[in-house]
Amino acid sequence: MHHVTEETIEPRVAAGSSHPPRVRVGIPAPAVDEPIEHPAIEVRKLSLWYGPKRALGEIDLKIAAKKITSLIGPSGCGKSTLLRSINRMNELIPRVRTEGEVIVDGVNIYDRRVDPVVVRRSIGMVFQKPNPFPKTIYENVAFGARINGYGGSMDELVERSLRQAALWDEVKDDLKKKSGLALSGGQQQRLCIARALATSPDVILMDEPCSALDPIATQRIEDLMVELAREYTIVIVTHNMQQAARVADRTAFMLAGDDLVGRLVEYGLTDQIFTSPRDSRTEAYITGRFG
Amino acid sequence: MQQAPTAGELPKLLRRDRMRDLRERAIGAALLTAAAVGALTTAGIILSLAGETIRFFGQVPIVDFFTETEWTPLFSIQKFGVWPLVSATVLTSAIALLLAVPVGLIAAIYLSEFATLHVRSLFKPMLEVLAGVPTVVYGFFALTVITPFLQGFVPGLSTFNALSAGFVMGVMIIPLVASLSEDALSAVPVSLREGAYAMGATRFEVATRVVFPAAISGVIASIILALSRAVGETMIVAIAAGMNPILSFDPRVPIETMTAYIVQISLGDTPYGSLSYLTIFAVGSTLFFMTFLMNVLSFWVVRRFREVYD
Ligand SMILES: Nc1ncnc2c1ncn2[C@@H]1O[C@H](COP(=O)(O)OP(=O)(O)O)[C@@H](O)[C@H]1O
Ligand SMILES: [Mg+2]
Repeated sequence: MHHVTEETIEPRVAAGSSHPPRVRVGIPAPAVDEPIEHPAIEVRKLSLWYGPKRALGEIDLKIAAKKITSLIGPSGCGKSTLLRSINRMNELIPRVRTEGEVIVDGVNIYDRRVDPVVVRRSIGMVFQKPNPFPKTIYENVAFGARINGYGGSMDELVERSLRQAALWDEVKDDLKKKSGLALSGGQQQRLCIARALATSPDVILMDEPCSALDPIATQRIEDLMVELAREYTIVIVTHNMQQAARVADRTAFMLAGDDLVGRLVEYGLTDQIFTSPRDSRTEAYITGRFG
Repeated sequence: MQQAPTAGELPKLLRRDRMRDLRERAIGAALLTAAAVGALTTAGIILSLAGETIRFFGQVPIVDFFTETEWTPLFSIQKFGVWPLVSATVLTSAIALLLAVPVGLIAAIYLSEFATLHVRSLFKPMLEVLAGVPTVVYGFFALTVITPFLQGFVPGLSTFNALSAGFVMGVMIIPLVASLSEDALSAVPVSLREGAYAMGATRFEVATRVVFPAAISGVIASIILALSRAVGETMIVAIAAGMNPILSFDPRVPIETMTAYIVQISLGDTPYGSLSYLTIFAVGSTLFFMTFLMNVLSFWVVRRFREVYD
């Protein structure tokens, strides 16, 4: 599998390279937010309308490479909308209009000349409810590679992706026999992760990937996320603040005001957001006073 | 220690409402009667069909019926080989499917995956109107428009032929294929489409590699249903395909389908109860059996290939 490369760590948490890597409990983390020098994704003044209804108000957000960034906030504040803006999924919904920029690798993916299909190939996505295709496990993983005209060995790719998603041992005997839908919920979600990994994306977006799973399956996905963050930039939406606290390096708190337009309230290192929020609304939310 | 109250002391609220019990039983009985009427009618049809068919086979060996290749019940030398009628039905239905399946499926995929909401809301009612045109109109359309038109470039096309009848029958069942397949495609959850889009699939790839395979059982069921419509279709073939029972797969010549034959005898002056008259029950049973098999097949297909999306 993958050897642990010495992460070029931005000087954030002194979690060191000892494992388990991100047990925060009891570690007095020096919550010093450093500016993100080379963000994997930079959202600039992003606004979005569903028909006449505005859902996002001028969001600015830099997302660090090979880290986990979580988006939290009460239901309806625009977390999913923001996440789906990063791989241009929103435009599949009729009458959606987007303004602003999302810079990935120095390119604004909303530039007219950019093909959204290509954008989505390098930015994978995992959904709230596991949505494997009604095909075999093998075909689920091979799907992205097939449509991309992948030239290498499909068997190897499938195995590698399933191993990365920590699912290989459970399914290796019925790859071509069993439908993806025959798996348990947690396995289905890991299959969806494997499927996303098979297109070798740089970024993986996850929209409440554990909300339909039991605590044990959730634990496995969280471990997997931490593992994957060595190689991939991960952005996760979660309504579970413990989850954000457990896995995320940085956390963004969003809130929709009286006008129902979702805005970014506060963004920083997860420790700082959870231990010393600067905004009173953030504090109210994380202490459970609303939402 | 407390004693359980006897019925007399039961609070009013807890007591059974006798009137309501009675009312519900009456409603149940009424519903059962309604259901029974439908079931009994079907049973009656099957029984009378079976009875007359058995009488027919009392006079004509069933082996002859299925091995002879000539059908001449109205001639002085009577032959009762059903194949000329079956072949005509198969030929016209095959021509119909050849047109209706590709056109219907393309229309369904277009409507469910590519059309804007506006276009779809315009097209769906149009399809339904097309499905509501009386078949006698299609029959005359085949005879008076399509056949003369086709005669322009199909050499040797007779006035009555399987080609025009099959073609128009195909037009007739396009809406059926399109509409039912579209329902099956639309029923594929949005989450599957999103999953595919998120991996960089194009609209075409999503439609052909995810949505269509996921809906395949519904699509096949729609085709089988259309086929049984075509097999049972009567007016179009009676008007445009001819009344000439010959065993031929040449689409240019007059033939006679099973349904057209039944019409011919029913409307003609064949004496009631005669052997010639009994033929229509034998042919009717054969037709019934064919459509029945198709329905069973469709049921099996739907079960076999059904994708549990959830
Ligand atoms: N397809 C849609 N059409 C119209 N409005 C939508 C659609 N999806 C989301 N919204 C609206 O946008 C706002 C943000 O939604 P969403 O991004 O799903 O919030 P969250 O994920 O934080 O719960 C909500 O007010 C929601 O009603
Ligand atoms: Mg959401």
